[in-house]
Amino acid sequence: MSETWLILGASSAMGRALARSVSEGGASVLLAGRDLDDLRTHAADCTVRGAPIAEVIAFDARDPSGFNKIVTRAKATDGTLNIACFVGSMPPQEAIDADPGLIDGTVTDSFSGPAQLIQMLAPILEDRGSGTVVGVGSVAGDRGRIGNYVYGAAKAGFHTYLSGLRNRLTRAGAHVVTVKPGFVDTAMTWGIEGMFLVAPPEKVAQDILRAVKKRRNVIYTPFFWRYIMLIIRHIPEAIFKKMSI
Amino acid sequence: MRSKPITYTGWGRVAIATSDVYRPERQTALAALVADRPGPALGGLRSYGDACLNDEGTAIDMTRLDRVQSFDPETGRITVEGGVRLGDLSRWLAPRGWLPAVMPGTGFATVGGAIANDVHGKNHHNAGSFGQHVLEMDVITPKGAKTTGPDKLPELFKATVGGMGQTGVIARATLQLKAVKGDVMMVTERRVANWDEHIALLDASQATYTVGWIDATATGASLGRGILEEAETGAGLVPPAKKARRVPFDAPGFALSPPVVRLFNATYWRRVPARGRTVVKPITDFFFPLDKIHDWNRLYGKDGFHQFQCVVPLSEADALREMLEKIAKAGSASPLAVLKRMGPGRGGMMSFPMEGYTLAVDMPAAAAPTPGVMGELMAMTRMANGRIYLAKDALSDGEFIRAMYPDHAKWARIIAKHDPDGVMQTDLIRRLGLRSFS
Ligand SMILES: Cc1cc2nc3c(=O)[nH]c(=O)nc-3n(C[C@H](O)[C@H](O)[C@H](O)COP(=O)(O)OP(=O)(O)OC[C@H]3O[C@@H](n4cnc5c(N)ncnc54)[C@H](O)[C@@H]3O)c2cc1C
Repeated sequence: MSETWLILGASSAMGRALARSVSEGGASVLLAGRDLDDLRTHAADCTVRGAPIAEVIAFDARDPSGFNKIVTRAKATDGTLNIACFVGSMPPQEAIDADPGLIDGTVTDSFSGPAQLIQMLAPILEDRGSGTVVGVGSVAGDRGRIGNYVYGAAKAGFHTYLSGLRNRLTRAGAHVVTVKPGFVDTAMTWGIEGMFLVAPPEKVAQDILRAVKKRRNVIYTPFFWRYIMLIIRHIPEAIFKKMSI
Repeated sequence: MRSKPITYTGWGRVAIATSDVYRPERQTALAALVADRPGPALGGLRSYGDACLNDEGTAIDMTRLDRVQSFDPETGRITVEGGVRLGDLSRWLAPRGWLPAVMPGTGFATVGGAIANDVHGKNHHNAGSFGQHVLEMDVITPKGAKTTGPDKLPELFKATVGGMGQTGVIARATLQLKAVKGDVMMVTERRVANWDEHIALLDASQATYTVGWIDATATGASLGRGILEEAETGAGLVPPAKKARRVPFDAPGFALSPPVVRLFNATYWRRVPARGRTVVKPITDFFFPLDKIHDWNRLYGKDGFHQFQCVVPLSEADALREMLEKIAKAGSASPLAVLKRMGPGRGGMMSFPMEGYTLAVDMPAAAAPTPGVMGELMAMTRMANGRIYLAKDALSDGEFIRAMYPDHAKWARIIAKHDPDGVMQTDLIRRLGLRSFS
């Protein structure tokens, strides 16, 4: 049966790696994002690697007027429709401190924009009784830290949204995987100090596909972040508030 | 865009640099970088010496720009971004009946790096160099993006092929691939007793791919002994390539000490039966035998190693024999030594190849005789009207090199037009004064 992946934020390193990998497996891809030139380059790569269809669609998390078009295109696919969302923005916390207005954009990019679109797409998966939504959150969403709590808060919101959506879609035979990556070697983390155990995006894509196949609910990638976050989540607030990690 | 301070070395680990490295993931970001924060491109860092270093400057890591843009399975034309690795490309292409027309000994080299050093492979005698199969490329020069090919801005083309990144960053390239019968290699291996036989067999070889492995520790009557490998592509079933392994730490000094190497080489030589044999291998095992051991350069210990590679005209085979004799006597060679006959093919003004014989030998940098031997070998190369390969060089002298590359002055003038401020210079270019007009 044919399968299509709609990838939101397809120019991100993780989105690219996933698109490549599913193309090699013979799935079609709809690459959604803002940099259409770059997406066209990537669509060509996906076609060459085996995707029967590789198309580009304009998607800007901050511009819901474009969402209808995406929904229409998604409806026109046959077979299973999967959605993977790699969207988010993380302005430095100091920039937000200087201009709290940046919070709106961060929340829109990392949570409410994609959530609104996914909400519009969810009925397609319900109708077809198949398909998976892969929502990429972040370990930063597991606990608010001094370094990036606005981004963390947005991702925490996204996690909660995904868990509710899972609760809904599972009744129809569709599924939701929440992915919490640790540090991934992308343009977002390149050159930031204090990064450790940085994972290549290809590894994250592999972990995601395995989780989709096994119908996992929440995964950390690489896996050891589950234990790191287990510890971090269990530090009592009275102590945590004095720490700077 | 953010940069990351990285300290890195060439493959031989003898030269070291710290640069502010940018790593664009999109073509637009790359173009913006060359305009605002220009610096030389870095590919797979598989050059041995300082060709891929820019100490205390900026550099642009190309490895995230690794996408295929178009591929025509009828004609074998492919357009790729500059950071694509040749190994990835060939693993993907071979089952579809095509391969890059020229492949160096490592699949970690990128298309951009292969053009910039105009690399040669085991088929140089009939296929020429990498740049001769480039149909078109987009070069982002410090003065703007240009599309160039053999008939389009031919001067820029000839200065970019083999041009060590000095015209700018190769963002995309269209290559003419070579049709292959399948994704395996039929390899015939033959023991070679000595130098004269080695040269005679190389001269007589009719195979598509031909290369000689040399036991650079053998002396006297056995000088130049080795194994001749001749190969053709073929179709068939072979066990899948073995999983890559990694060298986890810097090896201690004795790992490649002279007695160990002598013993290893003798065993390696005898491994092939006296009457020869034919084996079938996955293509990657044939083209990139060493890639299966990741970080194998650590076997040489923390001091790293040099590779000496020269080419001399056909008529100077005796001079090359003397060089090998010097290496064997000094006893500092490693098992990695290769002899090959080259054809005349070269794609650019600063390309290394010339019709003749090329010898490549690795030597641990810490071995006492190495610097002295390297110096003598360079002098002998020059006397023989030969050339040193800059992709392997970390030691030679600028005046020497400029004399070996007759088009150097003309090339430097073209480069000055495209990069008047010298922002694309690397440590190698500065060390050898290759931007000077004389
Ligand atoms: C095991 C091994 C075997 C080898 N065998 C061979 C062989 O058989 N034949 C042969 O010819 N060579 C051989 N080499 C050398 C190697 O092929 C060359 O050094 C090649 O240039 C390496 O490519 P790279 O992508 O690693 O480039 P780097 O080493 O990273 O860079 C080399 C040069 O290319 C420039 N460059 C890189 N990318 C770009 C770009 N996109 N645009 C513009 N300039 C760029 C850099 O600025 C630099 O000047 C071998 C090396 C190893 C380690």
